[in-house]
Amino acid sequence: MKSEKTPFMKPYEEELKSFSFDISKNELGYKDGDIINIGEYCTDRICRMGKGDKLALIWEGFSGEEKRYTFNDMRQLTNSIAKFLRDDLGIKPGERVCMFLDKVPELYFGFLGVLKMGAIVQPLFSAFGPESLLTRLQDATTSAIFTQKKHLPKVRNILKDLPSLKHIIVVDDDGSKPLKENEVAFNMDKVERVDSFDVFPSTAETPSVLHYTSGTTGKPKGAQHVHYSIISQYITAKYVLDLHDDDIYWCTADPGWVTGTSYGIIGAWSNGATQCVLDAGFKADTWYKFVEKNKITVWYSAPTAIRALMKEGTEAVKKFDLSSLRHLASVGEPLNAEAVIWSQEAFGMMFHDTFWQTETGCIVVSNYPGMKIKPGSMGKPFPGIEVTVVDLKTSEPITKKGVVGMIAIKPGWPSMIRTYWNNEVTYKSKFQNNWYLCGDRASIDEDGYFWFVGRDDDVINTGGHLVGPFEIESALLEHPAVAESAAIGKPDPINMEVVKAFITLKPGFEQTKMLELEIMNFVRKKLSALAMPQEIEFVDSLPKTRSGKIMRRVLKAKEWGEEIGDTSTLENDM
Amino acid sequence: MAEQIKDVILEYVRNEYLEDGDDREVNFDTAIISGGIVDSFSMVSLKVFLETKYNIQIPDAKATPEAFDSVNNIVALLKEFGIE
Repeated sequence: MKSEKTPFMKPYEEELKSFSFDISKNELGYKDGDIINIGEYCTDRICRMGKGDKLALIWEGFSGEEKRYTFNDMRQLTNSIAKFLRDDLGIKPGERVCMFLDKVPELYFGFLGVLKMGAIVQPLFSAFGPESLLTRLQDATTSAIFTQKKHLPKVRNILKDLPSLKHIIVVDDDGSKPLKENEVAFNMDKVERVDSFDVFPSTAETPSVLHYTSGTTGKPKGAQHVHYSIISQYITAKYVLDLHDDDIYWCTADPGWVTGTSYGIIGAWSNGATQCVLDAGFKADTWYKFVEKNKITVWYSAPTAIRALMKEGTEAVKKFDLSSLRHLASVGEPLNAEAVIWSQEAFGMMFHDTFWQTETGCIVVSNYPGMKIKPGSMGKPFPGIEVTVVDLKTSEPITKKGVVGMIAIKPGWPSMIRTYWNNEVTYKSKFQNNWYLCGDRASIDEDGYFWFVGRDDDVINTGGHLVGPFEIESALLEHPAVAESAAIGKPDPINMEVVKAFITLKPGFEQTKMLELEIMNFVRKKLSALAMPQEIEFVDSLPKTRSGKIMRRVLKAKEWGEEIGDTSTLENDM
Repeated sequence: MAEQIKDVILEYVRNEYLEDGDDREVNFDTAIISGGIVDSFSMVSLKVFLETKYNIQIPDAKATPEAFDSVNNIVALLKEFGIE
């Protein structure tokens, strides 16, 4: 029997008339000019509300081991981490501290601990290879990194190129192998719990989180957020994910990506929600068993995962009692209509698609509890955030229904990024005509629903993660056999897009399956599995402009079976 | 022969998917996909390895996380292609 709850959000049109972010501020007890610290708001504040004994985290590892922490445990342990960083390591407010961890409890509590002592937390996906890691740590001049034994070799390999990295904190050191210089063990389960810690008095504009995101050209950019972002993240988690006090929530995203922090940490815990984390690879049975065992009620996942579950069919769902589920939401890439309809068949309810990005910090367009879902649509703008589509050339809002333009947001919502780290020029280039341009194209229908069309650049969206073609091409060129390369997104039924590389070989190298495998693994180890080409096509030449620039869009159009468009600048025929 | 195939695959997994210095134990029964040693994206490279090494084509429908979840599972999958 599914529990029925009245959604926190009023019917959409009604909410639209009355909503302002003051609601969020009032509920959080924040007044303009106050001290506001995300770490404190997610832990101490919840305990002060009398929820110290409530479960904050139910964690399960891949081998089935389980750990449970109350909000009071979390409050004390985040204090311990904050004190360790400040007093033992001498980390100063504003320094960057990286979390390079699997989805272990130390990642979640470390994130909040860093914020509590005033440093900037830089979460990075633990599957990143040494080169991806190096690029991001160099750019941020990171001072300290939390990691695990199994990822330590990656850090050690690049340490010589990171003069600013003074502390490597190993969270699972068992003493079996000696740590090296600059390495220190921190065992959270054995550490002395700190009951009282003077939290850094951050204010609204104090930098908080630095999330790296990929673009078409150049190196990944560090999207810098501030503590004030919680004003958006709290209320969107409450209204869109509809987190009630007795809900058991599961956000499947890794905190190496923005969903895993905005809604896998800040949104959930600022609402005092109990959340579950499964630190295991994807397997349909394992996931369903996890929902059943923990009686999960609200589930926030990604289209890639939903499509992978869909592939297993509804029979796989029926083996489990998933009656606890009452609200499903999705993020990362457009959720296709088939997946929405399938979820109704499989779970008796539809997944609610949500749209946002690293730079927005919070959900900006969504399908809401209680609102009619048009399968395949992104939904409508979150109240209090003005979103439209603008003309690609003039950046003027498009008033005609159904016409495709660039998704644009009026600046000023609380969790908007404040800059790109070391890259104010690119940050400023994102704004035109007083709109923040998302880089995604969509249209708006006669009922105000947004419909996603695609990226407006060459960035590859694979499994909900953005991967920059330039980074992949640069890595490919480092392989001794590769003369030229181009990377594009190729359609994929599960991941929306996967990386496909076009390669010309240097003289003396032959096109073989073994070479293809070697190049795939080369990129995977350098960057990450996400960036690894899932397919390599060896070609004699690449399409280029007369100035010698590789025209990815020509390759992409061919791959997607689309019109190639203007080829007047094309130097050669494919 | 089956033992030899097992050893080849196990060695490949250890060499390709564990970092130097990563001393996690991987044996024939270790859950390599659900255990997070090989993620779903990397699984493609493992599939290409098997196809190249044994000169077979594994259809996507057969290349499931379950079928690749341990060396023993992979050996069972290869049997379906006459590799044993």
